[in-house]
This record gives sequence, C-alpha cells and structure tokens, in this order.
Amino acid sequence: MKFFIPHSFFIPRRRLCMKNILKKAVLTVAAFGLLAVPGLQSAQAATIKVGAILAETGPSFLGVPEANTLRMLTEELNAKGGINGNTVELIIKDSGGNPEKAISFSKQFIEEEKVFAIIGPSTSGETMKIKNIAEQAETPLVSCAAAAVIVNPVAKWVFKTPQMDSDAVKKIYMEMNKMNISKIAVVVGNTGFGKAGKGQLLKIAPEFGIDVVISEVYDKKATDLSAVVAKLMAHKDIQAVVNWSIVPAQSIIIKNIRQAGWDVPIFQSHGFGNIKFVKAAGDAAEGVIFPAGRLLVAEVLPESNVQKAVLVKYKSDYEGKFKEDVSTFGGHAYDAFMILTKAIAEVGPDKAKVRDAIENMKGFVGTGGVFNFSPENHNGLGLDAFDMMTVKDGKFVLYTK
Amino acid sequence: MDFPLFLQYLFAGITYGIIYAIVAIGFNIIYNTTGIINFAQGEFLMLGGMISISLLHFMPLPLAIAAAVIITMLVGALIEILFIRWIDNPSVLRMIIITIGISILVREAALHIWGESVRALPYFIGSAVTSVSILGTKISPQVLIVIGVCSIVVVFLSFFFKFTSIGREMRACAANRKAATLCGINVKNMVTFSFMLSAGIGALAGAVMSPITYTQYDNGTGLAIKGFTVAILGGLGNSPGAVAAGLILGIIEAFSISFLPLAFKDAVAIAILLIILFIRPHGLFGSREAASLKEF
Repeated sequence: MKFFIPHSFFIPRRRLCMKNILKKAVLTVAAFGLLAVPGLQSAQAATIKVGAILAETGPSFLGVPEANTLRMLTEELNAKGGINGNTVELIIKDSGGNPEKAISFSKQFIEEEKVFAIIGPSTSGETMKIKNIAEQAETPLVSCAAAAVIVNPVAKWVFKTPQMDSDAVKKIYMEMNKMNISKIAVVVGNTGFGKAGKGQLLKIAPEFGIDVVISEVYDKKATDLSAVVAKLMAHKDIQAVVNWSIVPAQSIIIKNIRQAGWDVPIFQSHGFGNIKFVKAAGDAAEGVIFPAGRLLVAEVLPESNVQKAVLVKYKSDYEGKFKEDVSTFGGHAYDAFMILTKAIAEVGPDKAKVRDAIENMKGFVGTGGVFNFSPENHNGLGLDAFDMMTVKDGKFVLYTK
Repeated sequence: MDFPLFLQYLFAGITYGIIYAIVAIGFNIIYNTTGIINFAQGEFLMLGGMISISLLHFMPLPLAIAAAVIITMLVGALIEILFIRWIDNPSVLRMIIITIGISILVREAALHIWGESVRALPYFIGSAVTSVSILGTKISPQVLIVIGVCSIVVVFLSFFFKFTSIGREMRACAANRKAATLCGINVKNMVTFSFMLSAGIGALAGAVMSPITYTQYDNGTGLAIKGFTVAILGGLGNSPGAVAAGLILGIIEAFSISFLPLAFKDAVAIAILLIILFIRPHGLFGSREAASLKEF
C-alpha cells in the first residue's frame, strides 16, 4: 500500500562518489586530449541538454501529451540539423505530479546532468516547489503550468507558457456578467492548480460584482461527489457552478450535478481542455462553458487568425504521429520548446543570454496565443489568448451566444 | 434541511457505503480462509474494471464483465500459487507485506498495459445524465445496480460459507490450519480458492462501479483503504457486518459534508476507524471471544 512507503523510496539516488571521481578523471584526460589537438573542439558540434519534468503518470493526464510533443519536436529539430548545428538532447523524467519528485529531479538535472534549461513541470504545485532551485542555479525554467503565482511576482529565470489562470477567471466572469449571473458556487480539485484557481476566483469576484456563495475543495482521487452536489443544491440562489480542476474527478462533479437533475450552467477552467475529460463525463459534458486556447478549435478558425497555421500544423503532426486527439497541454510544451529553441538559435547556447532573449521576445506565435514577453510579464500572454468554448455532441466548439 | 435534500445526502451515503462494503467483503473472504488481510484486494477491483473495458470492444457488456471476472479469478489464483502457496509456515506480518508487494506489482503492471488515463464502462442503463426519481429526489440507476449486485453477493456468500461443504472447509482453514489438515482438508487448495473467489467478487464490483467511480491503474488503493476501514468496523470476516458498517460509514461521510467542508470527509472516516480500534477492536458486529482466539 502506497502509505507505508516513503516517496523517496522510488527516487533514484545520486550516483556513488566513486563513479563521480571516475567521471571526473575521464573528463580531465579528455580535456587534455582536446588541448593537445587544437581545432577539434570547435569543429565538433555541442549537445544542448534540455531536461523536462512532466507528470506522465499520477492523477492527471497532463504529462503524456507534453512528453509526446517534446519527443516529436526534438526529433524534428535534430533531423533538420539541430540548433545551428548543435543537437538537442532531451531528458524526460516522470514526476507523477509529485512535488517531492519534481524537486529531486530538478536537482538531478542541475547538479548531475548539468542541463542547459528545464521545461515543465506540468503542474503548478510542482513548479512552485522548484522555482527557487532554478533561480539559485541560474538555469532557465519554462513551466507548462497555469497558475499566475508562478510568474507573479516575476522570478528572473522562470517563465511559463500556459495562459494565466487570473485571465481565465476574468474571461469566465465577463461571460457571467453577460448572462446576468451574480451568485455562484466554486468547486476545485485539491491540486496546486485548483488551489491557485480558487484564490483567483475569490479575489477577482468583487471586481465583476460576483458573489461566491459557497466554495468546496474535492479530493483528486474522489470516486463520487453526489453529497457535495447536494450541499451546493441546498443554496437555492446559486445561478452557476464553477468547477476548477485538472484532475479526472472534475468529470464526476459534472455527472453528479446532472444526475441530481440540477439544470445549472457549469463553467470549467482551461484545465478542461482535454477531450478525455469530455469522454469521461459523457452526455453530462454537453453545454459546459470554459475558456481555452484556440488549439481545440484550430480547423474552424477563420483564415485571418494569425495562429491558425501554427495550430493546424501542430495538430495534424501530433494526431498523425500519436493517433490521439491533441490537447492544450501538449500545446504548452510545444510553446515552451519553441520559445527556448528560438532563443538559443538567436543568441547561442549561453544561459544568461538565452534568458535575456526570452524576456525580450515579442510577437512569437505559439499554440497558446501570441507571446509578448517583457521584464514584467514572464508569461507573455494576455486576455485575448482565451476564447470561450463549449461542448457540443462530444466535441469542443467555440461558444457563441 | 428539507426532505428531498435529506434523501439526496442519504443516497449519496448509500452509494459510498455500498462501494466500501463490497471491497470489505473481498477482504473478508481471504481473511476467513487464511486469517490474513490481502492488501492487493483493491487491485482486483481495478483489474475487473480495466479488463471489462478492454473486452467491451469485442463482445457485449454482460459477456465482457463475465470474462473479466473469470480472468481476474485466474490472476488471483496465479498470484496465490506464485507468491503465497510455497511459503511453509507463513507469519501474519510476512503475508501482509507480501500482499502489499503484490498490490504495487499489479498496479505497475496495469500502468504499463493500460497507461495512466482514466477509463470507464458505459452506464448500463441510459447515459451519464440519466436519473430515476425516488420520493422527489434523483439518483443514477447505476447506483441501484451496484446496490443490487452487492446484495446478491452478500446473500450468496452467507449461504456459501454456512451451508456448502467447500465454504465450511474454507472457514475451518482459518480457524485452525493444522486441525483442518488433520480432517483431510487440502488447506493450500482452499487458500487458492479463496483468492479466486475474492478476486472474482472484486472484479465484479470493479466492473459495476466503473461508470460511477471511473477506473484508473491506481484507483484500487484508495478503495482498498476505505474497504479495510469498513472490514474492521464491521468485524473482520463478517460479511453482513461489512455491509452494515459500510452503509454507516458512507452515510456518516455524506452527512458530514453537509456541515463540514468536503475536505474533511476522509478525516471523518479515519477518525471513526481509530475510535473503533480503541473501543471495540473486534469491530461493531464482531464477537470479542472469537477475535481473541485469532492471531490477527
């Protein structure tokens, strides 16, 4: 049983000292060898190591499309000759969504593998735990997690590609204002994403004249939530439910609300942007409203949309290679990889210069939106990165009303 | 609290309770034969769900579930033959550690076979939004199916252990291995059989509850913890007791949500387990004398 075994049990230990000494000895000999043959060093292409910490297993789906995307992009890039002749070596570690493992892997990346940059982690909770590790090691970190707290306040070496959860909240509240909804219930999953989202939902509500009547947190491993639905239904004045989560249990809430015969509008977060959640909720997912990047509706975008070409290419590449539906989470990894490699291509493999290049990058068209980074904004996306979506006949479509 | 709302909580509690109870019954079967707790019980549920979901592509639903039950029973037998059978003089602690190891092994194997994504069987009647109206409140028909299946299993098991010779032989093995052997009972075969039976019941439960709870490679663990709580609460080895205890725990959990934040639900369950262990270590429905004769 999981409980009896400390997590550290599963974490690979650092290599033995002997091995390190040996390694150093070999490196020293190699270095002398290189000195003896001048010119060889510059002729040989370097390898740029990129570490990725992704939740491939664990309670959410996030890490799999991200890992697939990174493998696909690395393969493509190296087939084209890498970045200015330097090949990229991708090392993916599966954190299972566990912050302790994320910490251990990030240290391993920095101290042992000596990676050039880190992509990920997938979840906000993990990113917050390793933020300072990346800062101290002065290693660029491009997170694939959503919470605004990752880049607000700004940390020098930390960037993130998913849209801000605060912007998603504003987008939802704007829609509610249009629908004359003012009293809402908030339910969130007990992950970093859920907790950060709850904070933003409660903080921003007064700006839009919205009153959060009740807020509840459910376990990410919950198996049935009909009792909490009963609790929400007890408040007759609730006009809408906001379900903010990235775990599969979010589909259970939707099902239980509809099974109880409650016909309330359900709003979800951008964490709903994986068709698997829709499949899990079945017919209950119909009509759920949520903000998301445009990747989910790439084909139906007007030709004039600047993102369309990028989105359609990524979508068809991904779906062709992996035979599964694309999700916004893979898109976050796509953006992270592209931004990082673009910066390296511009200024060469120098950590400090690459950091500056990302910070000053403008007008990069990614899957999440058009990125405009600045020293104040390490996310680079604004409110316009989101569109409201809904589910119709088991598919994501643009929400229009 | 008005009446429909009261019923809503009550049905939620019954749903939780019946799920816990059916897991607890699986614990009880193996306990009744071997005197140990099989911590891989939750994994049988997961296997039942996963295998029936995979088989659904090739055959109709009832057949898929039946096949999943049989396959899981074979897995249960295989586990017993490979890991338990050859141990000559098993101590309780050693057996428990072995079953914990098996549960991790099965979980990791499932991760490699089915991946990390969440799957579910379709609802047996209607869809995810279908509900039936009972006294002004609405519940999913699937809940009624789970309740029905669980009741049949409990009645079947009670008869099986009381009135069939093989059932009585299984109980004899738990009471005293040596005496059972002297009476001509093949203890080792009985243990294998108990693993098959509990695997089969676990798989059946895992399949019928899959539309409600979903099935994921690691969702057996959480269910096993709750099932274990209920098994202790009802008195180890006592199946009707497990059902009563399951319903009590489920209903307490559901009503605790009405005045406590949801996050405290599991804390309530574990607090009840601790109190029971302090006050009535033999469970609510177990007998003190019987418990004092057993090793564990």
